[in-house]
Amino acid sequence: MNKNSIPLSYLRKGDKAIIVSLDNSALGIKLMEMGCMPGELLEVDYIAPLGDPISIRIGNYLLGLRKDEAVAIKVMKQ
Amino acid sequence: MNEPKKIKIALAGNPNCGKTSLFNALTGMRQKVGNFPGVTVDKKTGILFLNNKTEALVVDLPGTYSIYPRRIDEMVTFDVLANPDNVSHPDVIVLLADASNLKRNLLFCTQVIDMGIPTVIALNMMDVAEKNNIRIDVLKLEEELGVHIIPMNARDGKGVDKLLKLLSDEVAKPTRSFIDMQKLCGDAKELSNKIPYSNEYVAALLAVLHKELNDFPEEKHILVDEWIASKNFVAARFQGEEVLQRYNSINRVVNDCVNEEQKENKSLETTSRIDKILLHPLWGYLLFLGVFFLVFQAIFAWAQYPMDLISSGFSTAGNYLHNLLPAGMMSDLLIQGVWAGVGGVVVFIPQIMLLFGFITILEDTGYMARVSFLMDKLMRTTGLSGKSTVPLISGMACAIPAIMSTRNIESWKDRIITIMVVPFMSCSARLPVYTLLVSFAVPSQTVFGIFNMRGMWMLGLYLFGFLSAIVAAFIMKLIIKTREKSLFLMELPIYRWPRWGNVGVTMFEKAKVFVTDAGKIIVAISVMLWFLASYGPGDEIKTVEKKFEDTSFTTHYSSVDLDAMRQSEKLTHSYAGHIGHFIEPAIMPLGFDWKIGISLITAFAAREVFVGTIATIYSVGSTGDMDMKKLRDRMHSEINPQTGQQVFSFATVVSLMIFFALAMQCMSTIAVVRRETKSWKWPMIQLFYMTGVAYLASFITYQLLK
Repeated sequence: MNKNSIPLSYLRKGDKAIIVSLDNSALGIKLMEMGCMPGELLEVDYIAPLGDPISIRIGNYLLGLRKDEAVAIKVMKQ
Repeated sequence: MNEPKKIKIALAGNPNCGKTSLFNALTGMRQKVGNFPGVTVDKKTGILFLNNKTEALVVDLPGTYSIYPRRIDEMVTFDVLANPDNVSHPDVIVLLADASNLKRNLLFCTQVIDMGIPTVIALNMMDVAEKNNIRIDVLKLEEELGVHIIPMNARDGKGVDKLLKLLSDEVAKPTRSFIDMQKLCGDAKELSNKIPYSNEYVAALLAVLHKELNDFPEEKHILVDEWIASKNFVAARFQGEEVLQRYNSINRVVNDCVNEEQKENKSLETTSRIDKILLHPLWGYLLFLGVFFLVFQAIFAWAQYPMDLISSGFSTAGNYLHNLLPAGMMSDLLIQGVWAGVGGVVVFIPQIMLLFGFITILEDTGYMARVSFLMDKLMRTTGLSGKSTVPLISGMACAIPAIMSTRNIESWKDRIITIMVVPFMSCSARLPVYTLLVSFAVPSQTVFGIFNMRGMWMLGLYLFGFLSAIVAAFIMKLIIKTREKSLFLMELPIYRWPRWGNVGVTMFEKAKVFVTDAGKIIVAISVMLWFLASYGPGDEIKTVEKKFEDTSFTTHYSSVDLDAMRQSEKLTHSYAGHIGHFIEPAIMPLGFDWKIGISLITAFAAREVFVGTIATIYSVGSTGDMDMKKLRDRMHSEINPQTGQQVFSFATVVSLMIFFALAMQCMSTIAVVRRETKSWKWPMIQLFYMTGVAYLASFITYQLLK
């Protein structure tokens, strides 16, 4: 796995990143099905007031996911 | 005249891509809501006359991002499309795609195309795409996808006529494939040869999910299992590689056909700006409170007016019928049993319609997803999820619509837990009971300068109900086991105006479904309760009647008093009265006597009936002309003949409050839980666990206070 990649959950509001890889799990496949493919650009649009869940902008839509779900996405910060 | 040819059309697509709008545009008011067999997923069907030779049955399939389901409703979509033996398996698929979000939509679209069923794509939300400078070369897309494509805006009906025209002709089978089945799973050919109406891709899909299918014949299960074993087929690997391959094809298609200018996406920018306020740590929660105060106000206070009208209308009509029909058992059964039961069903309609009106507006605009987003973390600490927020808050008005609204929770476990704990929330039916008991036991004095003692007690009871729900949810989270993992993962749709037609249709459908499904059970229990309270063993009731016909006895009393006394004596000699005596030893440790026991039984019709029954037993008149002060005075003077002490002691009254806060005493809730869970198991568990907890808590309360 790429050394410079970090879990999506580490990003802050407004951060942009490129997806490097996804966990090899059912959740990983689910995320890919919802458009989180390696190579896609994403932006952290909002973090819920209590710190979880987060909302990311990917493709042309907003995806809400919990931090423990976001861990399955490894990204490279732009 | 020739019988028209009948075909089945399935409507499928991603969530939030306008499927409901298109379904309404195609079928108008010729719709029906039922259930898919074996699951609690609404099955919306409608009739569509294509031309004078063809009549189509249109099924609106639950929205999904992928053919591989993650929730029960998505499994239905899989079953209908992939299982040739499913009764709803379509002849033609109308596939909806959101033009403003084409790439993600194409995953499911290409999966469906690969299944080889005749398919048309309705490319919806062209207006949103245009507004955001996304230009799609439709002709080229048609060529690359190998199916006909109709650009449309289903919300305002644009493009629907073109779709109808296309459907009137024979729809061709798709000509393209987006994955290399030879590479992915070359062995699938062998399986598809054995299963009629399947191609290699469908065969592989069946191998992944055949165990979850309804109506898949046993011999096919065996065929698939044998094939899996002989080929070492690994479902997860197939699925993962398929998605990767598919996106490779999709990227190519999107590059060729979609021209997206690198300008800002206006819809998303607007939505982000609104989110800045609606998801703000302070304004977001204040607005949330405001919105739900409004919803609560509507089902708690506004609904009261039509509900009062319905109640008085039913009792007026009942009295009228009473005068019209010859007196006797049949007339009593019809009026006090069946008619009262029907009234007890209809009375819930205003609350159900109002709640679902609000819910549909909140969903249509996109705000509901934000509610889940705001509340998820808070709710998860209690074992629930963000989506349980609406049912819980609604439960403070009435558990019936609240439980019906749990359908939005996809996770089976989260949904069951929510259903199980919602009745702990203090509903409006508890209010009259609490009012009577608090005003009886608590002096109306001011504390800390501004608070009324009685108000504080009322608030305390509401909090007690809420805390009980939270604690119960937390415990159930540990007990209920499930394979599925609760995922949040959800699209936060862009903000849009609600579709008022859709709001109206949903309100009407929910009321109809409640009346037809839960209504039967409510009427049946109502008739049973009427029988128990009106008839007694042997000729006890007759003896009472005789006593009150005896003029040497009746001359001493006024006719109003006599009527109240006769009703009281009849009730105490009825089956309900006998059951009250029978259960007295069991409820004595809670501080209740047999008269309270009768009231607990009749309160099963609805909690507020408790007040009326107590009034009847103490001969202070029935609910219609009841005098609360007279009733309280009568309760004060009631002495237990065995102990010589006051029956309604402070300990007993507090114990009663606790019992009403916790016990499952609502036949309508039972009926609606039975409908929503499709089994008697959950309502029965709920009945016994809640009433058990209530018994224990009341026992402790009474023993500590007495």
